[in-house]
Amino acid sequence: MRDKGRIIVGLVVFVVLVTYPLWNNLGAAENTSPPELALPKDKTHCIEEKEYMTANHMDLLNKWRDAVVRNGDRYYTSQSFGERYEMSLTKTCMNCHNDREKFCIRCHDYANVQPSCWGCHVEPKETE
Amino acid sequence: MMNEDRRSFLKKTGRAAVGLGLGLPILEAACSRPRAGAAGAASSRQWAMVIDVEKCLRDEVRSACAQACHRAHNVPRIPDSEEEVKWIWSEDFEAVFPDQAHAHLPDSLKDKPVLVLCNHCTHPACVKVCPTKATWKREKDGIVMMDMHRCIGCRYCMAACPYGARSFNWQDPRPYLERPIRPEFPTREKGVVEKCNFCAERLRDGREPACVEATKNVPGGEGALTFGDLSEPNSNVCALLRKRRTIVRKLSAGTGPNVFYIV
Repeated sequence: MRDKGRIIVGLVVFVVLVTYPLWNNLGAAENTSPPELALPKDKTHCIEEKEYMTANHMDLLNKWRDAVVRNGDRYYTSQSFGERYEMSLTKTCMNCHNDREKFCIRCHDYANVQPSCWGCHVEPKETE
Repeated sequence: MMNEDRRSFLKKTGRAAVGLGLGLPILEAACSRPRAGAAGAASSRQWAMVIDVEKCLRDEVRSACAQACHRAHNVPRIPDSEEEVKWIWSEDFEAVFPDQAHAHLPDSLKDKPVLVLCNHCTHPACVKVCPTKATWKREKDGIVMMDMHRCIGCRYCMAACPYGARSFNWQDPRPYLERPIRPEFPTREKGVVEKCNFCAERLRDGREPACVEATKNVPGGEGALTFGDLSEPNSNVCALLRKRRTIVRKLSAGTGPNVFYIV
């Protein structure tokens, strides 16, 4: 046990290094605020409740994709509002949310996700 | 146990073999009945096309088709023929119908251009080989569809298709798109396969495929392409198929093409 001191120092250094990502991010949540999103001005609500859309829009889009491509379906009826919408990212979603930079990308950057929707789907204003 | 003689052992083995031989087909029939019933019950369409080769001899008719299709679906125009992408285009008669092209073809067919596109086969070879079900035969309308979200670009389908109807995106197609890009139809990314979709998106809206519509707007192009439902005996394609002698590409491949040619 002659190396007791060295071992303890080594262990402390090890623990500090391993837990660095944890304590480095302590309090980081208070320092950042959710992104400010540009919402459509002339609309009162999205196709479903805002909370549902925030949490589940990706699942909904996947269901739309399967319904349109696999089954050839066309319309979606809103569970919350009973309204009928065409299942189309470009024609329905981006018709209102027409500023991808200030809506989609701003939030995806904040959440650190990189969806590949726009590798193929065309933003209406990006046709040049 | 060991005192069982050779004779009784053979008897038992023989009975077991007969029993197995009789039982298995019955078991198989019993198991497959529900599947056959489900397939028979589905009253599904089969979209089909009849191409009048003679009416498509004029360049204007064929280029109007290709242009309308490629415009509608944001198909890039890539000059390098090794990397080009096409949904509907022209090939010489001899290349389209290698099993029909003998040395004494009439001048009306010899080296003449014929419109080709995906045949939306009844037994599509491309569908059998796709490992991700990115391409499949849609039950309700018989279209051989593609789901670009699922395509991993393995190109098995391209190897399987006897008609060369599929193109691979060797590079990002966007720089080669005609401007303005049509936002209604997604473009593709590098690394996916694409082909004619019989204008599934237009059919959903009750419209004819873009190529068929385009021929109608060309003087003399009326009737060059006829589109309709093969499962509906009174449809225009069925009427035409009853009246005129038609051929399909590579009948012997057994894929059951649903694009027919009047020659």
